[in-house]
Amino acid sequence: MNTIIEIRNLRKDYHVGEVTVHALRGVDLKITEGEFVAIMGASGSGKSTMLNIIGCLDKPTSGDYLLDGINVNTMGKDAIAKLRNNKLGFVFQAYNLLARTTALENVELPLFYNPIVKAKERKEAAITALETVGLADRMHHMSNQLSGGQQQRVAIARSLINNPVLILADEPTGNLDTRTSFEIMELFQDLNEKGRTIVYVTHEPDIAKFASRNIVFRDGKITRESMVTDRQNAREILKTLPVESVEEFDK
Amino acid sequence: MNYSNLFRIAIRALVRNKLRAFLTMLGIIIGVASVIAMLAIGEGSKQRMRKEISSMGTNMVMVVPNMVRIDGVTLGNQNSMALKYSDVVTIRNEAANITMVSPEVRANGQVIYGNQNTQTTIYGVSDEYLSIRKLEVQSGRSFNENEIKGMSKVCILGQTVVENLFGAGVDPVGLSIRIKKLPFVIIGTLKTKGENGMGQDQDDLILAPYTTVQRRLIAIDYINGIYASAISEEKSAVAIAEVDEVLRRTHKLKETQESDFRVMSQSEILETLSSISDIMTYLLGAIAGISLLVGGIGIMNIMFVSVTERTREIGLRMSVGGRSRDIMKQFLAESIILSILGGILGIIFGYLLSKLAGSLMSSEAIIKTQSVVLAFIVCFVIGVFFGWYPARKASNLNPIDALRYE
Repeated sequence: MNTIIEIRNLRKDYHVGEVTVHALRGVDLKITEGEFVAIMGASGSGKSTMLNIIGCLDKPTSGDYLLDGINVNTMGKDAIAKLRNNKLGFVFQAYNLLARTTALENVELPLFYNPIVKAKERKEAAITALETVGLADRMHHMSNQLSGGQQQRVAIARSLINNPVLILADEPTGNLDTRTSFEIMELFQDLNEKGRTIVYVTHEPDIAKFASRNIVFRDGKITRESMVTDRQNAREILKTLPVESVEEFDK
Repeated sequence: MNYSNLFRIAIRALVRNKLRAFLTMLGIIIGVASVIAMLAIGEGSKQRMRKEISSMGTNMVMVVPNMVRIDGVTLGNQNSMALKYSDVVTIRNEAANITMVSPEVRANGQVIYGNQNTQTTIYGVSDEYLSIRKLEVQSGRSFNENEIKGMSKVCILGQTVVENLFGAGVDPVGLSIRIKKLPFVIIGTLKTKGENGMGQDQDDLILAPYTTVQRRLIAIDYINGIYASAISEEKSAVAIAEVDEVLRRTHKLKETQESDFRVMSQSEILETLSSISDIMTYLLGAIAGISLLVGGIGIMNIMFVSVTERTREIGLRMSVGGRSRDIMKQFLAESIILSILGGILGIIFGYLLSKLAGSLMSSEAIIKTQSVVLAFIVCFVIGVFFGWYPARKASNLNPIDALRYE
């Protein structure tokens, strides 16, 4: 298996006024292709900083970070933007869809920044991605006409469109109710089974159990790293939950 | 991101805030419209003035006595005795670029017919004067050689004088009037010329042989001025130099001495008046330009608000691969579209405003292509200039901070 992420002795310091905050104090991490990793930890443990650095949105103070064999630390701003465009997919807690824009165009967005992709290919790719997340019938809906779960699916479709080596999700179920959360995890598990490497941050142990590996952060260090033995299958759990029709209000 | 996408996205962002975009554009619209209208009105009045002055004859050359200075006291040129009829003869004989020459002797006086009277200026001239000044005889005839030589008491009336003495529509040819107590026979009337560019009535005059005016009316031996015609408009500059040279020689002036006369051409007067009206036009344009500047600042203000409002969107665009320059281009595109669209509407609005002002001022407002092109370029520059700073602010955002922005 290819190594997607290799992190060696990574440190990140923030300067808040006169005080220096050590957000990460020497992290070593390796994630291989096809893994499904949940990063856990209390707030302030450094897990979000870790995810931002993995997502090339932030730069470490010291240490090495190799993404898909490329050393990110030595790259310039534009090259990093290109890297995000080609290799990464982001899913956010607050979905971050463009307001008053159709689902289809929201999904197309990353490819707008890829000059090689033509308009027709872009549209086709967006339709395929929306089909993957089960929203083909909603593609012409405006983002604000969709429910929370649907919006997060659009966001996932957006993260898939550039066929990334890694999907990063920051508390993807944080704004969703239990059932919808499980539906999102079901989607992630499906994607993982098809070979996608996924890393997500959560503080809910329930949600972490859907991953194949758990990493726990505390005070800027990895305190526990374990393979999930009692891994949950979201589809199975959903069958046991009583069926609610809360999500279909917009029909 | 290619340009058609950039354009589409920018348009969509503006459409999302239609009212705000429109109000922002309003500054530019008013600015451009007022610049266009001011320049059009200025150009219109300038052209009108040009036309009027040209109608007086573009190849006209005038010689007037220079101001007299005696012992450091500068007197006017009205009573200067510097010009004599012999100068007219000299010019006619020696200046090759001059075709027609006429002396001018002016007298002001009371004119009486029956129980009507009026005050006017009597111009003592030769028969060539009419063609030099582009005056035309409406009824009757002009003077002939014999009448000039014989100091005949004949005259030609301007239409205002006709109206004042005889009432409108009367043909007074053949009747007799008294000018300063001397009886004159009316041999002709002039066609109406109307007011000139400075509001003077060009029909309030009487023409008479210069000999008659000079000797019989005011008893002087000098003349007040010389009117001549250059052989063409292009040659008028050469003609001026020639007349100047000839007169200096015959007046026996030394190299160092100042001329006691001044030679001017109609085109020179035209230039002077044009430059005055140009200054007025630019002044008005500049004042209007200030409102355009204010409009530009309005754009900058709104772009700042827009950047702040869409911080999260900027963060998202960066996280999916938008480079700083992509973000910058997007905001620049918005401000350029705002200003150019405002410019186009401003040009249309300015056109209507010019038409309206033109009809109110009874002088046609003329919109020159240059001012439209200039307005367009200025709008583009405003869009870039005032959009640049907010766009740069947007592009310099840190993606994480932008994503977290509440």
